[in-house]
Amino acid sequence: MSKVTSYDRVQAARNSKRPMGGYFIEHLLDNFIELHGDRRFGDDAAIVGGIGLLNGIPVTAIAMERGDTIEDRMRRHFGCPTPEGYRKALRLMKEAEKFKRPIICFIGSSGAYPGVEAEKRGQGEAIAENLFEMMGIKTPIISVIVGEGGSGGALALGVCDTAIMLENSIYSVISPEGCASILWKNAAKAPDAADALKLTSYDLFKFGIIEKVIEEKDKSIEEICSDLKNYIVSEIHAKRKLSPNDLLNKRYEKFRKIGR
Amino acid sequence: MDLKNLFSGFKKSNKVPETKTCKKCGTEHNYEDLFENFMICPSCGVYMRMGAYERLEITVDEGSFKEIDKSLKSKNIIDFPGYKEKLDAAKEASSLNEAVVCGTATIDGNKCAIFVMDSSFMMGSMGTVVGEKLTRLFEKATREKLPVVGFTTSGGARMQEGIYSLMQMAKVSGAVKRHSDGGNLYITVLTDPTTGGVTASFAMQGDILISEPKALIGFAGQRVIEQTTGETLPPGFQRAEFLMQHGFIDLIEERSRMKYTIARLLELHSREVGK
Repeated sequence: MSKVTSYDRVQAARNSKRPMGGYFIEHLLDNFIELHGDRRFGDDAAIVGGIGLLNGIPVTAIAMERGDTIEDRMRRHFGCPTPEGYRKALRLMKEAEKFKRPIICFIGSSGAYPGVEAEKRGQGEAIAENLFEMMGIKTPIISVIVGEGGSGGALALGVCDTAIMLENSIYSVISPEGCASILWKNAAKAPDAADALKLTSYDLFKFGIIEKVIEEKDKSIEEICSDLKNYIVSEIHAKRKLSPNDLLNKRYEKFRKIGR
Repeated sequence: MDLKNLFSGFKKSNKVPETKTCKKCGTEHNYEDLFENFMICPSCGVYMRMGAYERLEITVDEGSFKEIDKSLKSKNIIDFPGYKEKLDAAKEASSLNEAVVCGTATIDGNKCAIFVMDSSFMMGSMGTVVGEKLTRLFEKATREKLPVVGFTTSGGARMQEGIYSLMQMAKVSGAVKRHSDGGNLYITVLTDPTTGGVTASFAMQGDILISEPKALIGFAGQRVIEQTTGETLPPGFQRAEFLMQHGFIDLIEERSRMKYTIARLLELHSREVGK
């Protein structure tokens, strides 16, 4: 049996048939109601957010979604969020905090949308604000990387108490292609860059940066969803036992220890 | 400004050349004259990039700077091919151990914690040591109730440290949040260029965001935007003036007046004022 390479997992994470954030909201939650807009400027379709029940627990779910049909993908700019998307996410997180609902973020995007309008409306500021504010949201945050976890645009939903990766998702500071073209002036060396970047779920688990890998091998999507759901529910129960202060202290420490 | 300090105290650690040629207009200037002019080209007025110690020299009160964590050095944390050699070359070229210098100082008598990034060390990129030094600085400032003044310049997260560098964005943000929750002031001075993961974290988290004129400040790279979207970039795109027009920075200040402005802001936030 040939070994699964890092780049095989990159391609699996990006596979157009792979379920994205919206799928997991649909299949993990009951009675989901989508809530739109950032109350500032617009509604970014690359981020879907709302409220639903997870095993009977009301939760706020926020997901990156790239869409199915070509029209849908254009509308969602292939799942790359704009500042409005990040601001909508933060608005819904603050709402969740008010009503003491746990937050589940599903991450799968090649990165924040690189465009003139996005820069004009403060893409960097929007991500920075999320990182800053999420460090202080007094309700459990569980982040699940379901596809490609692309850089700061992914991390903007990734400041959490528990980080989970599906086995064939990736999480990286830069795309392997971007890395290869900057370092070796050759995007075709992406497979080498993928190895060098150590971006697979197993790499990140080994580094202690994520808490859990949900295996995909030989499992149906229904089984994967069931495993994921069970793990999220158990984490929510565990985190809910903590006082808000303990929760925030542990969240701070989770990131504080990285590269100490 | 006392040049003696720079050219005696800092010279050993920071190789000061005899002359420097302006990249914009090509005029060669005597380095000391140029420094006397705040590293602004006397011929064409362009703001040249400054080293961290040069920046400190024109910003803090003489002899007040006490450096912290100077000796922290990066390791090849994910065993990235060629990174060790790059680090060695960066140390040699910049005479620095890492891309940020941290410490405490006074500015016109106002005590503060201060960090200054330096683009001559691997384009000011943020790896674990930059993240750690900044986090420690904010933690110290939180404990001691000190304002933080930070000069940013960076290409973003350092890809040779993979996911560890990305996570520094969250780590530093946590420390900035705690500092802020303690009621402490954080002033960011954005200098050319401040981009990527640094813009998308602590550079944009200041209470007051100041920029030098015409500094490039943005998240996505301009070539990436052009190639991904096919859009034509508007004139002045991602420059300080563009950000101010769109509401993302508080003020643009000339380099020669920066110390004065920072000192006034520190005074206005002093716990003694109005008592």
